[in-house]
Amino acid sequence: MLEAYLSIFIKAVFIENIAINFFLGMCTFLAISKRIQPAIGLGIAVIVVLGLAVPINNLIFNYFLKADALFPGSDLHFVGLICYIGIIAALVQILEMFLDRYIPALYNALGVFLPLITVNCAILGGVLFSIERNLEFTESIVYGLGAGTGWALAIVALAGITERLKYADIPEGLQGLGITFITVGLMCFGFLSFGGISL
Amino acid sequence: MSKAKEVLLNPIFNDNPIALQILGICSALAVTGNLYITLIMCVALTTVVTLSNLSVSLIRNHIPTNIRIIVQISIIATLVMLVDEVLQAFDYESSKTLSVFVGLIVTNCIVMGRAEAFAMKNGPLMSAIDGFGNGLGYSVILIVIAIIREFVGAGTFYGIEIMPLTTNGGWYLANNFFLTPASSFFIIGFTIWALRQWKTEQIEEPEFKISKNSLEGEKGAA
Repeated sequence: MLEAYLSIFIKAVFIENIAINFFLGMCTFLAISKRIQPAIGLGIAVIVVLGLAVPINNLIFNYFLKADALFPGSDLHFVGLICYIGIIAALVQILEMFLDRYIPALYNALGVFLPLITVNCAILGGVLFSIERNLEFTESIVYGLGAGTGWALAIVALAGITERLKYADIPEGLQGLGITFITVGLMCFGFLSFGGISL
Repeated sequence: MSKAKEVLLNPIFNDNPIALQILGICSALAVTGNLYITLIMCVALTTVVTLSNLSVSLIRNHIPTNIRIIVQISIIATLVMLVDEVLQAFDYESSKTLSVFVGLIVTNCIVMGRAEAFAMKNGPLMSAIDGFGNGLGYSVILIVIAIIREFVGAGTFYGIEIMPLTTNGGWYLANNFFLTPASSFFIIGFTIWALRQWKTEQIEEPEFKISKNSLEGEKGAA
């Protein structure tokens, strides 16, 4: 049992990394990766939100939206998107108020990133993947945390590289966005090598 | 009328959503392995961004500022659901290949970004044109990437064989790297480079420059 969960986790972090292999949350990924400190803050926020949003939306799907879930013959899966995004938005809002009240240190550290997470496609992507793959409730918790960890790992690694890159002599036209893309492409090779692991 | 033309054409090269505004990159990378799929994605996104800009602009004076994000997201999510249903009805195979990426148009920053930055401040017609222009700007980059990836990776153009593969008794040894998603990072990186060499005002200032003097000093010491 434990092995199955471990395999889902490892797969979500390394083999099917949500940032590097599926390119989700790329906009934030490229915009916030100039320094390590904010990258770590954002990474933690994504882990928390994915770890909550994936299981909750999984419950919603299994008990309300799935065919025959609400009553025999019901099929609400087509309103899925609007439910998921609504739940993610509400969740982020509640989390923000909760942190502000009980853990102000973390709240201040996350700052402006928390509300931005609502429109981060990594969250919605994680939710959609967990539903497409028919994960069970406990599996979806593990998957959510794993996908978040993978995303956090990737952004911290990229921020580490970009911090060093400012001393490099980059051609004018590649400055900024261009070189970031090429760096991520090279990181992709690194992550591709995990693809050979079979679990 | 010239204003409309400017609003329509500006996002294509001068203010490209992908290359300059850094919006909507997720799908640009993931769905470009094959030209047909890419075209479907482009049509889907352009439809959504045009219609969402139009609808947001129509009700812009009635949206309370505090809840505008949630209003915009509901409009966008509804449109995306419609597009998704239409796609599943008419081209089920492609909708399976695109998997979650059609749904992810909801969180595609181009749609949100244009609704917030343009449609909230301008009239319905202009907003629709702006949405369409940004959809085109997105499509141009995606189509270029898809053509390169499909041509080098599989020797085909829109599914038609151009360079016969060695596996089929031809002469072209396919470069499988171009079929992996990693290649699109390089292609976008170099596309941006090319675009900025042409439109030099888009070049970003480096944060840090090695001053001339210290370099020459080092050379002198060596």
